Amino acid sequence: MQIYLPIAEVSVDAILVLGLGSAIGFLSGLFGVGGGFLMTPLLIFIGIPPPVAVGTEANQLVAASVSGALAHWRRRSVDFKMGFVLLLGGVVGSTFGVWLFALLRGLGQIELVISLCFVVFLAVIGGLMLTESVRAILRRRGRAGPRRRFRQPNWVRALPLKMRFHKSRLYVSALLPLAVGFLVGILAAIMGVGGGFIMVPAMIYLLGMPTAMVAGTSLFQIIFVTANVTFLQAVNNQTVDVLLALLLLTGGVIGAQFGVRTGVRLPGEHLRGLLALLVLAVCGKLLFDLVVTPDDLYSIAGGAVL
Amino acid sequence: MTGRAFRALAVTALVLAATPAARGQELVADLSSHRVAISTGFTGSQVVLFGATGGEGDVALVVRGPDERVVVRRKDRIAGIWVNQAGMVFEGVPAYYAVASNRPLEAFMSPAVMARNQIGVEHLRLIAEADGREDEVATFRAALVRNKQRDGLFPVELGKVVFLGARLFRTDVYFPANVPTGNYTVKVFLIRDGQVVSAQTTPLFVSKTGMEAKISQFAHRNSFYYGLFAVVLALMAGWFADFVFRRV
Repeated sequence: MQIYLPIAEVSVDAILVLGLGSAIGFLSGLFGVGGGFLMTPLLIFIGIPPPVAVGTEANQLVAASVSGALAHWRRRSVDFKMGFVLLLGGVVGSTFGVWLFALLRGLGQIELVISLCFVVFLAVIGGLMLTESVRAILRRRGRAGPRRRFRQPNWVRALPLKMRFHKSRLYVSALLPLAVGFLVGILAAIMGVGGGFIMVPAMIYLLGMPTAMVAGTSLFQIIFVTANVTFLQAVNNQTVDVLLALLLLTGGVIGAQFGVRTGVRLPGEHLRGLLALLVLAVCGKLLFDLVVTPDDLYSIAGGAVL
Repeated sequence: MTGRAFRALAVTALVLAATPAARGQELVADLSSHRVAISTGFTGSQVVLFGATGGEGDVALVVRGPDERVVVRRKDRIAGIWVNQAGMVFEGVPAYYAVASNRPLEAFMSPAVMARNQIGVEHLRLIAEADGREDEVATFRAALVRNKQRDGLFPVELGKVVFLGARLFRTDVYFPANVPTGNYTVKVFLIRDGQVVSAQTTPLFVSKTGMEAKISQFAHRNSFYYGLFAVVLALMAGWFADFVFRRV
């Protein structure tokens, strides 16, 4: 069933988009990842203009992170104070990111920057996930190694403006979550991702937050950052397609519920290994498109966009 | 609706064809519809142009979309990756441009006549902001036309004008699924002995309709409220999803 998207200005198969939404939703329910880092490239692959893919995916992530954060809130696994500091950095970062986005779009380089960002981040995430899961599979066969207790790096402890975060039992400089939030905010604006894949490791390994608090707190801050990105992209660049977002989030919500229910019954390491391979495949396709000689070296950009 | 309009048009054309000399008109033409509506299921559309000539001659017509400012960019390889580098801006580029005639244009028109009336892609007057790179204008212009042709917005094939008898003619004007919106003109030329003896311009509007039009207008005219709307919609959808699946 073909449906015309009013902002993307292309016709797409509604069933295909719903299917994509549910597939990525399923994966995000299964692994507890946001899914933006897979969804945005896939939208580009099916012919959505990259700027619209980014703006619209941010819109969808608002819905996904709200339902995720609500579930964590009921389990009391959200550190609101930490989340607030993170989102302060995130709102500033994403505002800067949207401005940067408009600038790059004017220069005709936004599509390249989006692709390059994805190639780099997908390669890193996919690589790390693959080694992690392979190691886990090997470890299960052998014997488990002892776990090291986390200690904050020395330079982290030396930073000023210390704040106490009771919920996470942390005493750490506010500059650190502000900086993490800022960086993730920029990525959210340019790539249309929640940034959980950067934030979660940073919260665990840099801030030393308890693992139980990490997912809920990051989802809480993602609501605000993606909401800010959606709003600013809509105002500055007119690249948010609510019809596409609705299709994606309908599929995504249903898929995520199935993912959450399936997750517990399957062996984790093998699945994570498969997800890693999927991430690397998407990365490879993006890289291939950047490297292969285009059919036509010349391209046109119309309208008022300059 | 379209059928009735078409019949009315045909009758009008026949009447006019019977009495062109009395009316002193060399050329009369009209469209079956002056509006192309892009709705949810839009996969392209067709409009019939019907007309009559007041005497011998060939008919050519040009369908032209709204003029735009277009940037043409060339990719160069940097560190193995193709990156947009040099660019050139063209003004007065029609968003859509198609030509139709009853036989090959060269058969009844000289290049000078075609150029004067901008009939044929090669005769389009596109203004380049070259800034001292005049030698590159032709390359960029060719690239612009090539890209437009690939998108189906400058149809490569000449449309067919069919004569029904000696005076009456018709042609199908086809608009692809990705047709840009805006004010179009359909210009019909009657050419006799290599000269344009009569021309008539008919307006045509291509617009989005229904929900698409509303969303698109909302997004571009009230982008502030559109942004708020998009955020609130997503917040509510997320809350609703949580509400529904909490009980399952």
